[in-house]
Amino acid sequence: MDFKPRIIAFLCNWCSYTGADLAGTSRMEYRENVRVIRVMCSGRVDPSFVLKSFTNGADGILICGCHPGDCHYQEGNYRCLRRYTLLQKYITQMGIEPERLKLEWISASEGKQFAELVNSFTETITEMGPSKIKDKIKVLS
Amino acid sequence: MMEKEKSKLKMAVYWAASCGGCCVSVLDVHEKLFDVVAAADLLFWPIALDTKYHDVEEMPDNHIDLTLFNGAVRNSENEHMAKLLRKKSRILVAYGSCAHLGGIPGLANFTTKDELFRRVYLESESTVNPEKLLPVPEYKAREGTLTIPSFYNDVRSLAQVTDVDYFIPGCPPQTERLIEVFSAIVSGAELPPKGSVIGAGTKTQCEECIRKKSENRQIKKFYRPWEIEDDGITCFLEQGVICMGPATRSGCGYRCIKGNAPCRGCYGPPAGVPDPGAKMMAAVAGIIDQKEPEEISKVVADIEDPAGLFYRFSLPVSLLRRKMS
Repeated sequence: MDFKPRIIAFLCNWCSYTGADLAGTSRMEYRENVRVIRVMCSGRVDPSFVLKSFTNGADGILICGCHPGDCHYQEGNYRCLRRYTLLQKYITQMGIEPERLKLEWISASEGKQFAELVNSFTETITEMGPSKIKDKIKVLS
Repeated sequence: MMEKEKSKLKMAVYWAASCGGCCVSVLDVHEKLFDVVAAADLLFWPIALDTKYHDVEEMPDNHIDLTLFNGAVRNSENEHMAKLLRKKSRILVAYGSCAHLGGIPGLANFTTKDELFRRVYLESESTVNPEKLLPVPEYKAREGTLTIPSFYNDVRSLAQVTDVDYFIPGCPPQTERLIEVFSAIVSGAELPPKGSVIGAGTKTQCEECIRKKSENRQIKKFYRPWEIEDDGITCFLEQGVICMGPATRSGCGYRCIKGNAPCRGCYGPPAGVPDPGAKMMAAVAGIIDQKEPEEISKVVADIEDPAGLFYRFSLPVSLLRRKMS
């Protein structure tokens, strides 16, 4: 059976979600593996959202926000970048491949870039194979 | 009310995978011990009384009114006692960080049973074991079969093994808080809803911290506590020392902070926070004063061991729960 990765994408309302929307309205085709969750700002993505997605069976997680300097809330995307850097270090320590978590900047006009990002990320995750986190963390009695 | 005071409260204290500090914190009631003994019969307490497991096994169900269970669940003996005491107790309290969150023994979830056995019984510098013998739960000797509890791969909190009524956090819990809880139970006061964390606050440490905080926290470098000279007044985080205050429940009386040591997080997450380490990562990353990815990485590199630091007491109950292996 073909492995179809489950990918969660947290997209910021102001740039990246609009960018993804543009990809849709421009009728660009991209891989259907991604499940989009709209957040008001990439700075809203608490590390626990990412961890919870992994424990619920996500094979890969994308976080997308406005380009540096373009944040609707001025600093939210920088906040996201700092959390992401720390979170990467943590998940690596816990034995999770850091490639399963990716942060990218997508502006409202970058529909094409969004479609390409989803395709290439899906490709990476497909090559890596299914995440085993959900099974590994089961509490055995 | 008078009716209730006539019959004494039946109480038990048990330790599973713990250091003994929780039991000592119960003994730390000092002269109030007389009040405790006046109000309660201690039926089972391995650190202080010569009682045996079969004494508990012979009790009718729900015979004990209140059991303070401390320590994590590390082996089959711990699990057996957790389930037995659950059956025999009306109120089962997870007492202390280990029973509540997994605690320091829970850090073993960074490794596996096989790795631990290899290190301890084969590789450690002081070990002489030419036959490479490892412990087994059952051994057939000439005289009969010998058994020891079997060692689990994962450390678990009490609530991951059995149903728990209340949680009293702390490493160890502050004795004053225990006396408050005990007095409330003895007085017959209405108890909080099942599953509550009692004997602690609901907000974070920072909420009422005695150290001075300013609005503008910005950090360009993190320090280990011994790398700087603490001024004794300013918030630890503002000085660049990681303090678990933003992700830790209040109620301990700031003993560490008063002793000029940053909070280590033994009281666990405040109400409504599922994963204390994730909250702490969000808080710590928020104060880094850099915008370029390379500069941010440099600051993050100062935090040597985020997993061990942010989940010091809570690894087994965190979202990831253990290292993937």
